[in-house]
Amino acid sequence: MASSTQTSAEYIQHHLTNLTYGQFPDGSWGLAHTAEEAAAMGFNAIHVDTMLWSLVTGFTFFGIFYAAARKATAGIPGGLQNFVEMIVDFIDDTTSSIFNYKNTLIAPMALTIFVWVWLMNFMDLIPVDWIPSLAAAMGIHYMKIVPSTDPNVTMAMAMSIFVLIIYYSIKHKGLGGFFAELAFHPFPKFLAPVNLILEGVTLIAKPLSLGLRLFGNMYAGEMIFILIALMFGAGLFWGPVAGVMQWGWAMFHVLIISLQAFIFAVLTIVYLAQAHEVDEEH
Amino acid sequence: MSLNWTFIGQTITFIFFVWACWKFIWPPLITAMGERQQAIADGLSHAERAAKDLELAQERATDQLREAKQEAAALIEQARGRASALVEEAKSAARDEGERIKEAAQAEIEQEVNRAKEALRVQVATLAVSGAERILGTAVDANQHSRMLDELAADL
Repeated sequence: MASSTQTSAEYIQHHLTNLTYGQFPDGSWGLAHTAEEAAAMGFNAIHVDTMLWSLVTGFTFFGIFYAAARKATAGIPGGLQNFVEMIVDFIDDTTSSIFNYKNTLIAPMALTIFVWVWLMNFMDLIPVDWIPSLAAAMGIHYMKIVPSTDPNVTMAMAMSIFVLIIYYSIKHKGLGGFFAELAFHPFPKFLAPVNLILEGVTLIAKPLSLGLRLFGNMYAGEMIFILIALMFGAGLFWGPVAGVMQWGWAMFHVLIISLQAFIFAVLTIVYLAQAHEVDEEH
Repeated sequence: MSLNWTFIGQTITFIFFVWACWKFIWPPLITAMGERQQAIADGLSHAERAAKDLELAQERATDQLREAKQEAAALIEQARGRASALVEEAKSAARDEGERIKEAAQAEIEQEVNRAKEALRVQVATLAVSGAERILGTAVDANQHSRMLDELAADL
């Protein structure tokens, strides 16, 4: 626990609050010192910790993969290249099994999503108090280190993909074709308004489910880690129990972070494959 | 927990990393992997071809060996036949030669005998004359009795 004077509620609240830089209601700019202050900032704020850790993980991805790519050889690959190629090959196989159109962007994007999201999720496995405590010792009040527990991150990716879905739909089906797909499905043409509502919901549900699934899973996982961490201070009996639970949940969480990263990448490929698909007339 | 400028920042970050991966990471890795795959496929097909070649060569070698063996056996057989023919030839030549020598020897012996007979005949004639002279106590006139003596010598 960060400090012994905190209540459990305060502890949880503290761990779920981002380090927010934004505009106070009185018009001045600065770091929010409480969760209420942060909430009051509204849209004119930025989560410094989210940005920082997503960039750290992003550049970790880029650094490792670029190091391998720059020295990539068709001969006998070294350890790093082997490891990187294993992931690239896995993503390439996954992409080519789902996405059968000519588009060189899709596979690299799936790779970026898979590895970057995995790394952001991985921050969840770092014990919840380590880095926030370190930050507190340096005078920073809030430090939420798992970027994928911030809906800004997941929704930013999901909405970027949504824009690509719209773009490729219009590019490959034409504006009329895209509209026809939304309006003339699944019922006959005279029920176009009903179709539009149904298909519109389906379309909107894609980015929402994509972004919120990842956010929800990681947020819930983080919350459980925080609750387990609370138990550490609950006495000689519950402390070791919490230790076992921490270990068990971390083991399980390794599966979840990988699975969620993979799901995000695969759904991206699937949605974009659907966007490229030119349907026969109905 | 609401959306704010972080959303915009994250969108830019996402686009940046996707672009960076698209431009700098994916192409060299995929190229290298494809090249290696090609190289391995080539190597395997080469190995396959080499194995087939080896098999063919072995087959050919076996064939040639068998042929050579057969040829050698034929040669040996031929040589053996020739050798026995030579021996036979030599044998018959030797027999002929022996035959010839024997005949020559016989002829010579006969000649010697004839010569000896001739000599003997002449001697007998002389002996008979001298014997008769002694018996008769008179000389036999060779010229006078030459006809009788010749008859005597011819009887011998």
